[in-house]
Amino acid sequence: MDFPENLKYTKTHEWIAVQGAKAKVGVTEHAQKEISDVVFVELPKQGQAVQQSKPAAVVESVKAAFDIYAPVSGKITGANKALESNPGLINQSPYVDGWIFELEISHPAELNALMSAAQYREMVLQAPKH
Amino acid sequence: MLISQDDRLSFEKSKSGRRAVTLPSARFSGESPTKAVSSGLLRQTSIGFPELSESDIVRHFINLSRKNFSVDTHFYPLGSCTMKYNPKVNEWAARNEKFTALHPLQEESTAQGMMEILWELEGGLKEISGMDRFTLQPAAGAHGELTGMMLVRAYHASRGETKRTKVLVPDSSHGTNPASAALFGFHVVEIKSDSRGRVDLEDLKQHLDDHVACLMLTNPNTLGLFEKNILEITKLVHQHGGLLYYDGANLNPLLGIARPGDMGFDIIHINLHKTFSTPHGGGGPGAGPVGVKKHLIPFLPGPLVEKAGGSYRWADAGPQSIGRVKLFHGNIGVMVRAYVYLKMLGKEGLRKVSEAAILNANYMKECLKDTFTVATQGPCMHEFVLSIKSLGAQGVHAGDVGKRLLDFGFHAPTVHFPLVVPEALMIEPTETESRETLDLFIEAMKAIADEAVSDPEKVKTAPHTLPVRRPNDVLAARKPILSYRDQLREKMLLAEAAA
Amino acid sequence: MPYLSLTAEEKKAMFDRIGVRSFDELTGDIPASLRDPKISLPAGLSELEIQDLVAKLGQKNTTVKGALSFLGAGSYDHFIPAAVFDIVGRQEFSTAYTPYQPEASQGTLQAIYEYQSLMVELTGLDVSNASHYDGATSLAEAALVALKQTDRSKLLIARSVHPHYRQTIRTYLAGTPYQIEEINFDAVGNFKREELLSRLDATVAGVIFQTPNFLGVMENLEGVSEKIHANGSLMILTANPLSLGLFKSPGEWGADIAAGEGQPLGLSMNFGGPYLGYFVTSQALMRRIPGRLAGLTEDADGKRAFCLTLQAREQHIRRERAGSNICSNQALCALAACVYMTLLGKKGIREIAEINWDRANYLRSKISSLKNYEVDPSQTIFNEFRVRSNKPFPKIQEKLMAQGIFPGVALEPFYPELKDHFLVCATETKSKEDLDRFVEALERC
Repeated sequence: MDFPENLKYTKTHEWIAVQGAKAKVGVTEHAQKEISDVVFVELPKQGQAVQQSKPAAVVESVKAAFDIYAPVSGKITGANKALESNPGLINQSPYVDGWIFELEISHPAELNALMSAAQYREMVLQAPKH
Repeated sequence: MLISQDDRLSFEKSKSGRRAVTLPSARFSGESPTKAVSSGLLRQTSIGFPELSESDIVRHFINLSRKNFSVDTHFYPLGSCTMKYNPKVNEWAARNEKFTALHPLQEESTAQGMMEILWELEGGLKEISGMDRFTLQPAAGAHGELTGMMLVRAYHASRGETKRTKVLVPDSSHGTNPASAALFGFHVVEIKSDSRGRVDLEDLKQHLDDHVACLMLTNPNTLGLFEKNILEITKLVHQHGGLLYYDGANLNPLLGIARPGDMGFDIIHINLHKTFSTPHGGGGPGAGPVGVKKHLIPFLPGPLVEKAGGSYRWADAGPQSIGRVKLFHGNIGVMVRAYVYLKMLGKEGLRKVSEAAILNANYMKECLKDTFTVATQGPCMHEFVLSIKSLGAQGVHAGDVGKRLLDFGFHAPTVHFPLVVPEALMIEPTETESRETLDLFIEAMKAIADEAVSDPEKVKTAPHTLPVRRPNDVLAARKPILSYRDQLREKMLLAEAAA
Repeated sequence: MPYLSLTAEEKKAMFDRIGVRSFDELTGDIPASLRDPKISLPAGLSELEIQDLVAKLGQKNTTVKGALSFLGAGSYDHFIPAAVFDIVGRQEFSTAYTPYQPEASQGTLQAIYEYQSLMVELTGLDVSNASHYDGATSLAEAALVALKQTDRSKLLIARSVHPHYRQTIRTYLAGTPYQIEEINFDAVGNFKREELLSRLDATVAGVIFQTPNFLGVMENLEGVSEKIHANGSLMILTANPLSLGLFKSPGEWGADIAAGEGQPLGLSMNFGGPYLGYFVTSQALMRRIPGRLAGLTEDADGKRAFCLTLQAREQHIRRERAGSNICSNQALCALAACVYMTLLGKKGIREIAEINWDRANYLRSKISSLKNYEVDPSQTIFNEFRVRSNKPFPKIQEKLMAQGIFPGVALEPFYPELKDHFLVCATETKSKEDLDRFVEALERC
């Protein structure tokens, strides 16, 4: 399983790629496997304010609908429109083509609470398997 | 072949100019609506209904019916669904034009027979459940739960206790419980189950405070066990000012044996389409009457049937009522069936129903316990839960076992529920199945257990004998085609793309 | 005891297999104080006795077939083709479970899909679900969808919407932060347009109308959806589905959701239920639709197949985060409606609407010539209209009932200002003689 080093991670299996004041957010490879085939993504609206650890988007599979939590607070500056016609991108390329939204970070200090790739890898690999 | 392979829609069989129903040609008003009515109000678009003859249509639907499993053709060991036999006399009564041709707003004096049925049914439900009054309005179990949650809110509000916003729900509960509570603002808190699927008393105590509005409970629980500590649970919740809601989905093993009202429950819904043998209809209509103890009667939706002297009337709801939850009086056709069933069983019959339901479940559990892992120890009530984990079958899931059962002529059990048991198969035989049927089912389960190890592909790709095999639900959800209109649109897009 | 098959010998063998001697050993978890409750119920009856009892109870009812009935107000006496009863009576449909196992339920699933397809055609909207409990609850669900979709707090409802529907919506929203405001109707029964326009503000999530409305009037909704949409709100319409054979569809009026009562589509009145709540929306709301939907797909071998779809947000999967708590639909009622609409076909649906219009208009014009009654012939109606009597309506009702006539539904209990107004309904079931007899009886009152 892939855990890119340049990303930060949440306990709820989102990743965040910080580029200056902005950041892209998606779900991890581990998460996409658990979700199974994504059939629909409800993207946040442009300009919408999101709060750290609060739902910002919804990813649906046939099994369930999963809330995607904002890793940090901020304002939505973009969303991956390609997911509207091809939600399976989240399964095929969770870290690149399957990004979900982009936000402008309002409290950069919140990033400190997130996990590094190593920490997240440890959390995922230690979790009991069903 | 026995079942037609023609899977075309009625729309695709349509031929312009064909007719089924003929209607009177006489007109009395001497006017034509197209002339008399302003064109701004008239429909301008055509209605793309199919055009078929009556024999085409009858054959179309009868062939469809043959692509269904049903209680009248198959055994349905569906846990928590109580798929018992639906007696024919129920249907005979419900078809009677003396009931079907009654208008809900006709004068009470002209519908006394119907109102007597409703009164008597309510009386029977009160006796069986130990509650003091029922509303017959709720249309289904989930609708009953919703009504129950409204009653909880209204009750606490009437006492000025608006801070009671927390509803406790065990993690093994039916999905409707948390959904019903959350729908209108209650904060749902899950209570842990212990290893036997029972409410973890310590966890319950930790969550009890003066914010608790209600505890929702199914008893027996979804693992098929009676909550041994029920009296302590209800006492604890009452001590903290909360109410107790009984989800009647699993009432079938308690008829004449124990009553939710005596256990301390304040509110209950009863699924007439489960315990009272009314047919499921492929997903409804059911009925979910809600019963309450005295202190909650003022909050019930109205009107309620009242008996005065020898006659019946509708009594309007009082000022504290939560208000109407449905149009008119409820799913009356379902009530007629449940009434007939109740009359037929009588006092002794009720108990026999529950005893046979419990005996059948324990027998099956005993016969299957060496092949599968039973989720609980000791006797069960009307249902039990198996896990297929111990089979050690590569990549075979509980759902696959369910699909393979279809090939053996049995409907799948409830699969992957309750969530607290991995790879769960939840089995409820009901009281109406014969021992021979149970034995055949047990044999099939054992055969599949063997297959899951010796030939897992066969199980994973089942069923192999039905009109279709594993419809692609991912495709269905990614590109929803939900009507014939969608099909036509899709076809046009494809044609355009090709051009 | 009927419906049980275990013999005494079998029971004993089963107890032996389990390893217990008596039934009580199986229920040891039930506290002693709860056991063997005193239940006061009579002994069971044989089927013969039941049939006798049921027949006697039936005799105590006067049905709308036994009387001459002009009752409507949300439940209608219509002709139902015999084939509807036969097909709905097929036990493979009636005793089947919810189609969660699609391989064992292609019959039910295709029938639901065809029902959805027919409702899309009839309403002129895009996506139909597999049905709700009834018109009132369906409309309440539509109201919830509007509140969630717009993230706003207020609903406007025409006061001419069926009183039970309005009450149900109020019950559903009681104790929530949402508000409901009503838009009154004018003297002839149309909703007040100025009142609507003055109340459309940034808090309005949706506006609900009924057509024909509870007073029988076909609402003129010209230009209304444009105003509502310009305000960012949704338009919800509840229409008598049979009227759509003749009158403008919700789609043509620009509605976002059509939600209402499907009983006129081949269901008996049944003293009020079971009925069928239809629920059809625009494409934009597809993923907000509560309840079940059947979709078309392919199976593992590439064959056409149907399955339930868009269920990820439903209660059995999402528990407390679900969009609705609905579990069952009214599948068998939806089947009845599906068969009924298929039997009518493209031409029949228009004809049946025309005949209803004809009967009601004939009756209204006859009553308009009576001395002691007033009707407003200027209003467009479908199969129902309002009559005002110069004499107290309860007296008239009493006299007519003595002659075996149910004259209609009194409006005063629903609208206090409409004293001695009553709602008269005439469907295709009424012959010319029936209508003339009613008019003569009214005249004699």
